[in-house]
Amino acid sequence: MLRTAAAVVAGKTARALARRRGGGSAFPGLVAERLQPRILSGALADVPGVVVVSGTNGKTTTTKMLVAVLRAHGRRVFSNPTGSNFTRGVLSEMLPDLPLRGRLEADLAVVELDEAHAMRFIAEVPPTHSLLLNVARDQLDRFAEIDHTADLLARLGAASTEGVVANVDDPYVSRAAGELATDVRWFGLHPSIADRLPEITEHDARFDDVLAAREPGPGDARLRPVDERSFHVVFPDLEVGPVTLQQRGLAAMINATAATTTARMLLGDAFDAATTAEALAKVRPPFGRGEVIDVGGRPLELVLVKNPAGFGVALGTYGSTPAATMVAINDNDADGRDVSWLYDVDFSSLRERGVAVTSGVRAYDMALRLHYDDVTTDAVEPDLDAALDAFVAAHPDEPKRIFCTYTAMMALRRTLAARHGLAHFGEDAPA
Amino acid sequence: MSTLVPDGPSKGTITLVHLYPREMSIYGDLGNTRALASRVRRHGYTAEVHDHHPGADFRDDAHLLLGGGGQDSGQARVEADLDVIGPALRSMARDGVPMLMICGMYQLFGRSFHTVGGQVLPGLGILDVTTRGNDKRMIGPVCLDTEFGRVVGYENHSGSTVLGDGQEPFGRVLSGQGNNGEDRTEGARSHHVIGSYLHGPLLPANPMVSDALIAVAAERATGRPFEPADLDDPLADEARGRQVRRLVG
Ligand SMILES: [Zn+2]
Repeated sequence: MLRTAAAVVAGKTARALARRRGGGSAFPGLVAERLQPRILSGALADVPGVVVVSGTNGKTTTTKMLVAVLRAHGRRVFSNPTGSNFTRGVLSEMLPDLPLRGRLEADLAVVELDEAHAMRFIAEVPPTHSLLLNVARDQLDRFAEIDHTADLLARLGAASTEGVVANVDDPYVSRAAGELATDVRWFGLHPSIADRLPEITEHDARFDDVLAAREPGPGDARLRPVDERSFHVVFPDLEVGPVTLQQRGLAAMINATAATTTARMLLGDAFDAATTAEALAKVRPPFGRGEVIDVGGRPLELVLVKNPAGFGVALGTYGSTPAATMVAINDNDADGRDVSWLYDVDFSSLRERGVAVTSGVRAYDMALRLHYDDVTTDAVEPDLDAALDAFVAAHPDEPKRIFCTYTAMMALRRTLAARHGLAHFGEDAPA
Repeated sequence: MSTLVPDGPSKGTITLVHLYPREMSIYGDLGNTRALASRVRRHGYTAEVHDHHPGADFRDDAHLLLGGGGQDSGQARVEADLDVIGPALRSMARDGVPMLMICGMYQLFGRSFHTVGGQVLPGLGILDVTTRGNDKRMIGPVCLDTEFGRVVGYENHSGSTVLGDGQEPFGRVLSGQGNNGEDRTEGARSHHVIGSYLHGPLLPANPMVSDALIAVAAERATGRPFEPADLDDPLADEARGRQVRRLVG
């Protein structure tokens, strides 16, 4: 007990220090964990519901939406909102709320974890529920195999003691979750928009048979869009919506459908459609997912891209509102060092307007990639700040959009923050 | 099938076949096909691109073949079909049809693959190479010295490949791991068949390799020597030059 208290205090101190230096979010968790290795499982021991959100794309947005809906229903929810989606990051985030006896007081913990860290988490804490979003190629230079990723999600589902929510349209997820003994609720696209499925799913080469369509059962939900921002979430016995999100596009609407399905599973009879729609409408896009910055009276959108499925969805999402475009590609560790994946993205939607500037360490590779899709690039400028200046100067009176990899976004955001007073990393811009 | 027609009169039609684009093209390997077809067109020829899927009729009249890397599950899915089209592939290779096989397909074009568990899987034997599965993954950017000049790409493989006696490599490693991380060789080249671990994808940033493949294919397609157009590639040259400077200074 004393050991736990000491670990909590040490962790809190480390967190305060780390924040003052603006530093890493894993360190305080590491400090606490050294003193009391079982601190995480202890902290969550009194929390009745522990939900793990995992998958390749959309974890941050979906987690944010789910937490918002649960809180709107009056639940006390712990979450890891800064995108620190690894075990120690979860612990670090928990420290400020953690009483010295080391037990978190909350109704629910909703944590976002990448597939590999989800395995470490479930080794310490068995989740009551998990939400399995999708499997797509991402950072293959680290995780090597998409099959392996699918297997990790299957293990997360199998470790969940009470229930699983799974994407019926993702061949990997639906195969994995279809074999679970646990209670499974499914979310997916309404048949009326089934033609948009290829935009968002990977081909599963492992099996010859095509999975039979799954009819929605009790508690299952389907997304029925109205336009690029409004939609209904359709359960067999009730409808949520119309919901209008602050974020545009199919991906965000699917995330909202996943969050709604999970919220209903967790809340049971307490689930309220109107409360849910209202909560979803208030969710602000997380950092880098369609964040809009005012630059000289014109909007500039920053769009994080990290894998082919995500880039494809982003191009589709934003294609309906034309803007001057910049693409910034770095190949540092956090971006993924292999840029081959750019050839798995179809850029033809940029053909009509062209791209104003490509930038980042791999600026020329990006321009070359665009050239193969007959997309013209007006300028190639590897230096990010110089590229940003040229971009803004060339298109002063138009809305602007920058597609960028992680470290390129961090650098651009720092520059934009210095010039235009943005919120700090990990915090939401003021409303 | 898709067809790319040149702006002016066509000098002839070159047929490209991409083997198993669904199962065996990971890490952007489709970019090689796209780059070749586009370059064929820029040289003034018509490019006809066919996808070959497992179980379908094989175009043994193709002028140029391409294959990519896959995951283990993808490789398992094409083995039966490779048994069927294997004899045709071997005779086309002997006959001088240019081929570019990346990563997984490079391994399958070799003599055999030895799994970590001790199983020996026979390959097509078109390239005299043997591959052993191991736990170490060789990942990272690569720069090679080849007969086509300096070539850049990105490797990502767990198999370790060894060349047979007299088997030429595709290139010498200046930076990166190559076939096995030890003997500084990368890939293999026999006649007009190139096997390599380089993704990136390989061809867009290294157009001189495309031109070497297209030259042979054009001659086979038209019966006349290759009539290249005078192309310049400022973006590819800059992309490649920057990587070379980063990797070997
Ligand atoms: Zn490979």
